[in-house]
Order: sequence, then C-alpha cells, then structure tokens
Amino acid sequence: MTLWWIGDVVLLVVVLPVVVYLLHTVLGAAKSIVPSVERIAAVAAAGSRDLDGAALLATTQDQATRTIAGVAQYGGSLDVILDDAAEGGR
Amino acid sequence: MTPRLGLVAAGGVLLVAVLLIVAALVAYLVSVIVALARIARGLDAVIAGVGEIVEKSAPVNDIVAAINGQLDAGVDALEGLLVKKAGLTDAVGLIDGLYPGAAANGLRNFPDSAAVTAPRIAEVYTKGTLTLARLGREAPIAAANPAGPVLRNVQAGSLAARLLYPEVRQSRPERLSRSPVIGTDAPVQYEQRDDIGAPRRRLPHRAAGSSNGTPSAAPTP
Repeated sequence: MTLWWIGDVVLLVVVLPVVVYLLHTVLGAAKSIVPSVERIAAVAAAGSRDLDGAALLATTQDQATRTIAGVAQYGGSLDVILDDAAEGGR
Repeated sequence: MTPRLGLVAAGGVLLVAVLLIVAALVAYLVSVIVALARIARGLDAVIAGVGEIVEKSAPVNDIVAAINGQLDAGVDALEGLLVKKAGLTDAVGLIDGLYPGAAANGLRNFPDSAAVTAPRIAEVYTKGTLTLARLGREAPIAAANPAGPVLRNVQAGSLAARLLYPEVRQSRPERLSRSPVIGTDAPVQYEQRDDIGAPRRRLPHRAAGSSNGTPSAAPTP
C-alpha cells in the first residue's frame, strides 16, 4: 500500500507538472506562429497587388518596339542626308 | 485506517491524478489544434498570394529582356550613326560638350572611345547633329540650346548645306588662286627698296614748310 501512495505522489508532483509544462510550451510555440503567418499572408497579398501592373509590360514592350522602329527610321534618314565624317579629319 | 480503506484511498488518488493528467492533455492539445488550424488557414492565404505573384511575374523576364534587347539595338544604331557622321573623336567631344563628364565612360560599342581625349566642341554643329547626339543620350538634360544659331563645320558638315553658299569659296576652294609665296625661296622675287628700314631724310611736318596749311610735296624718298 505504501507503494501505491508513493506512486500517487510521484504522479501528482512530478508527472503532472512535467506534462503541463511540455504542453504549455508547445501551445506557446504554436500560438507564436499564427501572427507571423498572418503577416506573411498580408505581405503576399500586397506583393500580388503590386504586380498588377506587370500586365502592362506587354504594352510597354509594344511601345518600345514602335519607338525603336521610329528611331531607326529617323537614324536611317539622318544617315542619308548627313555626310559621313571626313576621312582623317576631326 | 484499515488496510482495505487505505488501498481504496490510494486508488482514488491515483484515479484523480490520471484524470488531471488527461484533462491537461485534452485542454492543451485542443488549444494546439486550434492554433495549428489558424496556421493552416494563414498558409493557405500565403500560398494563394505567392501563386498570384508567380503567375503575374512569369512573363516579366521575357518582356524585360525583349525591351532591353530593343533598347540595346537602338543604342547601337545611334552610337554607330553618331560615330559615322561625326567621327569618333568629335562624337566623344560632342557628348562631353552636351553632358559634361559623360565622355569618360566612352561609347558602349567603341571601347577605344574611353581613351579619347574629348575635344572642346564649341563650334560647328547643326541642330540636326545636336539632336542626333541627344537621341543617343538622355534627352531632357541638354547643355546646349538647339534653338540657338546654326553652327556648321564646313569640312565635316553637310555638302548640301554648303551648296547653299556662293560656289566660289564654299565648295570649290581649290579653284581659287593661290596665295603669294613669300620668302627668299619664293618663285617671284621683288626688288628690295633701299629706303625701307632707313631713317627718314625729312620729317613730314617740317616738309609742310609754310603755315598756309597747304600740303607740301611728299618727302623725298
């Protein structure tokens, strides 16, 4: 019977506090992850919104193509109407 | 306390202890489950946002590379045209004149241009040449005013513009009579006058003589 009482005391004084401590630590870690994940989700959503203008890059590419084509035509015209640099000159 | 009663009491305490442990396990594990569920929902939102980012940014590399390629081609063409029309040295001088210090970097397709000493271009370029130069560099920042007077280099400028001027000097200078050659080895020698360099025999105001104000004869050589 004495062993029974010793087992009871060990269970209440040692095992139960250890179990509570470990579970409390796990719960604290899990709860600390939650705000971090929520902030990451907000940042990801904001980053996605920032990239809404990426679709306009296709328009930018088209504009750049037209601009360079115009510059090429202009340069070609200048090539025709302007003399080349003199050989050996400045 | 009888041994039987003591045994029952010990068993009861053991049962209570086990119940307490189980209750603690349930309470904490339920809280952990709730926290993990919130984490899972947050990660779902993160994955959705990251998926959108990946989807939206997928064509960026190709488009930016294409734009850069087109701009590179434009810069190549403009640099080549500038060097072709103005010459490497003048091109560097022109760039440095318009954008002071820019010539130190040189032209991208002409590595030798970085070593060229930029001449001072304070003359001789047309509006068209200035515009051409601005096309190759960032346009809004201009050191010179294209609305100013047209300056032209008659040697490196446009032949068509040169033809606007009288034919005698601007486009056919080689047909002009040559300047006289002077010196001891000149093809035409002139007789040397003895009085050049010698002291005057009579001063001009004394030669006037009378006070009637009439000019006298020139001094005798």
